Amino acid sequence: MSYFAGDYDVAVIGGGHAGCEAALATARMGFKTLMFSISLEAIANMPCNPNIGGTSKGHLVREIDALGGEMGKNADKAFIQSRMLNTSKGPAVHSLRAQEDRKVYHIEMKHTLEKQENLFIKQAEIVDIGVEDGRIKSVETNIGAIYNVKTVILATGTYLKGKIFIGDVSYESGPDGVFPANKLSESLKKLGIEIVRFKTGTPARINKRSIDFSKMEIQNGDDEIEMFSFENETRKIEQVPCYLTYTNQKTHDIIRKNLNRSPLYGGEIVGTGPRYCPSIEDKVVRFSDKERHQIFIEPMGTNTDEMYVQGMSSSLPEDVQIEMYRSIAGLENVEFTRPAYAIEYDCIEPSQLKLSLELKKVSGMFFAGQINGTSGYEEAGAQGIIAGINAGLKLKGKEPLILDRSEAYIGVLIDDIVTKGTNEPYRMMTSRAEYRLLLRQDNADLRLTEKGYEVGLISKERFLKFQEKKKLIDEEIKRLKSTTIKPSLELNEFLVARETSPLETGTKLSELLKRTEVNYNDLQKFDLNRKSLPKEVVREVEIELKYEGYIKMQEAQVAKFKKIEKKKLSEEIIYNDIKGLSLEARQKLDKIKPSSVGQASRISGVSPADISVLLIHLEQNKRGN
Amino acid sequence: MEKLLRNGITLAIIGKPNAGKSSLLNAILKEERAIVTDIEGTTRDTIEELIQIDGIPVKIIDTAGIRETDNEIEKIGIKKSLEIAQKADLVIAIIDASKILEEEDREIFKLLEGKKGIVLLNKVDKNIVLREKEIEKEVGNRTVISISALNKIGIDKIYETISKMYKFNEISIDDSFQVTNERHKQAIRNMLVHITNAKEAIEKQMPIDVVTISITDILEEIGKITGESVSEDIISEIFKKFCLGK
Repeated sequence: MSYFAGDYDVAVIGGGHAGCEAALATARMGFKTLMFSISLEAIANMPCNPNIGGTSKGHLVREIDALGGEMGKNADKAFIQSRMLNTSKGPAVHSLRAQEDRKVYHIEMKHTLEKQENLFIKQAEIVDIGVEDGRIKSVETNIGAIYNVKTVILATGTYLKGKIFIGDVSYESGPDGVFPANKLSESLKKLGIEIVRFKTGTPARINKRSIDFSKMEIQNGDDEIEMFSFENETRKIEQVPCYLTYTNQKTHDIIRKNLNRSPLYGGEIVGTGPRYCPSIEDKVVRFSDKERHQIFIEPMGTNTDEMYVQGMSSSLPEDVQIEMYRSIAGLENVEFTRPAYAIEYDCIEPSQLKLSLELKKVSGMFFAGQINGTSGYEEAGAQGIIAGINAGLKLKGKEPLILDRSEAYIGVLIDDIVTKGTNEPYRMMTSRAEYRLLLRQDNADLRLTEKGYEVGLISKERFLKFQEKKKLIDEEIKRLKSTTIKPSLELNEFLVARETSPLETGTKLSELLKRTEVNYNDLQKFDLNRKSLPKEVVREVEIELKYEGYIKMQEAQVAKFKKIEKKKLSEEIIYNDIKGLSLEARQKLDKIKPSSVGQASRISGVSPADISVLLIHLEQNKRGN
Repeated sequence: MEKLLRNGITLAIIGKPNAGKSSLLNAILKEERAIVTDIEGTTRDTIEELIQIDGIPVKIIDTAGIRETDNEIEKIGIKKSLEIAQKADLVIAIIDASKILEEEDREIFKLLEGKKGIVLLNKVDKNIVLREKEIEKEVGNRTVISISALNKIGIDKIYETISKMYKFNEISIDDSFQVTNERHKQAIRNMLVHITNAKEAIEKQMPIDVVTISITDILEEIGKITGESVSEDIISEIFKKFCLGK
């Protein structure tokens, strides 16, 4: 028997990283929000790697934070080790990565949700979504509660028809031993949504007692710790180390000998796996000439001795797993606490979505996270906050928030999956972003805080603080550009010591700072009128000046990009009627319904010649009117 | 020779209506044209198409758009054809092999006088009433080639003949790249600026993400030549060159 359980504005289905961001966003925007999770113990769980951030993913976390999301703040509460990656490379690819206490991360996020006004968490499985006249009407739980809602955000992760594989053993399950959601897929199919099947995997967890760390390289955290959130000051903690070891020929032999026992190579798994996060058997088969692969041993928390074995995800049988793990230096006597497994799940073909993450064919139905064919907590969180914001804006009758490729990694991510679809779990990478020098993790606040403020997720107080920071940066750049420094014995001695040419005449401080050999803090004693400025202000000033010419070049590229991005294409265009378009282009354009000529140009199968035809078509229409 | 390399040759196609001028042009341009606009109402007067034969730029003056009037003499556009033939370095006269030689054809032949010229005997896949021998008698020692423009038979032979005529094969183009289009020239100029920028960034030991900015710009300019980048400029060029009616 079902019963009516109340009226709400938003239902978020799933309490993972996408679901949490989405639910917090709509609740904070003032909408009565429900969040459903099959198990409340699985809220913000990290069923795979116990860390947040990393190359390009750290950028996403900072962007989520700048928009007013929670992931960065929560990661700052629960981290047990922190490192800024790629510091030997340019500022564009610096990325923060933090080891997290998995339990603390879950508890902190759950508590944040519980305290949030307008947000109601429910432990239940959603089995049906009610749609009337192409609009969302209700959701129904497995125990018959029917909630009337105006919008739904689906963030089901790997739960939809989840199936776990360990060798020849397979069973229906969500991640980490939680129940799967077996009924919702049917409800989605009934709505005419195209479902695909993806797979991902995770390595074994092992007991710390059984590891010989003396055979591994230790990896400590940074001395100076940076926080993810722009609102947090640095926090000193006792950091926990990670360890590095390697596979070897023996490991690879064991894998090759047992490949026939892998469900992946035996054909039992039909889902497509992520190329960029392959299982160890995949790596051994695909990179057969490589003698060894890196393996990181990472702590799962401070009140547990379970360790995560990064790089060893597998779907081989447990006995083979144990044999291959024990062939690795330092793991000779390793004891498993949980075996590695592969998990297969339903997700949707993401090109069915608009750039707002709303489904094209059902008004008020949004999707975020792994259900859109992506992988990774940060990718999920990024979509979660956008889906949440746009569900909120829709309820307010406002235009959606769409970040373009020149504004944020989030924009690149969403544009990629919505425009091109994906045939494997999509992972963010810095190489996917065209304008990397502008989309840095250090300036995410400068890029996005204002947008977060406009939608109502950034407080007035934070916004004023942000404006103050921006002012300090601008003023200092201006000062450095207008201050002349004269050559002096001391200065020239310093410059020569830095292996750069001495000054012959006076020069602007900003010019001196452009030299790679000179940095801002060095010039302290030659720059007497300098105010004491916060570290993050100095960093921006330094990057803005050092790379000024290149930033301008990239901005010119962005200007060109925006020009074609601004040529809007109406959803009403009947591409079949446009003469000169190739057949493939007509079909693809009709399916994707791009919002601009720029977006159209990124659809595979739409050629430059097709784009010319589209531009001519637009121009003709303009002239005709 | 240098002038030939720099400016290429100008080629005019003349012939009476229905001899196959348009089909020939299409056959030649088939692979060459990046953008085919088949929008109705495209009004073109004489337009110039650029192709390459053995790397040498060949500008074709297209008479496809010449309007035919009711005036008996003007019907075949003799006056217009004459103008075009005078402008051209090489004149290709095309005649219909499925019809007997008419006075109008002889008018066309007259335009070859004092010019380098080739005569094409078109529609040889139909019932042939005109033979190469017969034509050769009319046009002296000019090369006569049998073709079918519609079925693209004999097109290669035209290229070969032109190539031989101008001794293209004697021109070494191995170590010098020929730019035949002002837009391409501009793209290459831009490219040089970006290459300099990239080199400078490398010398300054800038991070790779900085160097790639210029690399991207270089690729964009290459794309303008290969047709892989679409720029607004091309579209405005098109609107300048053609009048695309509604």
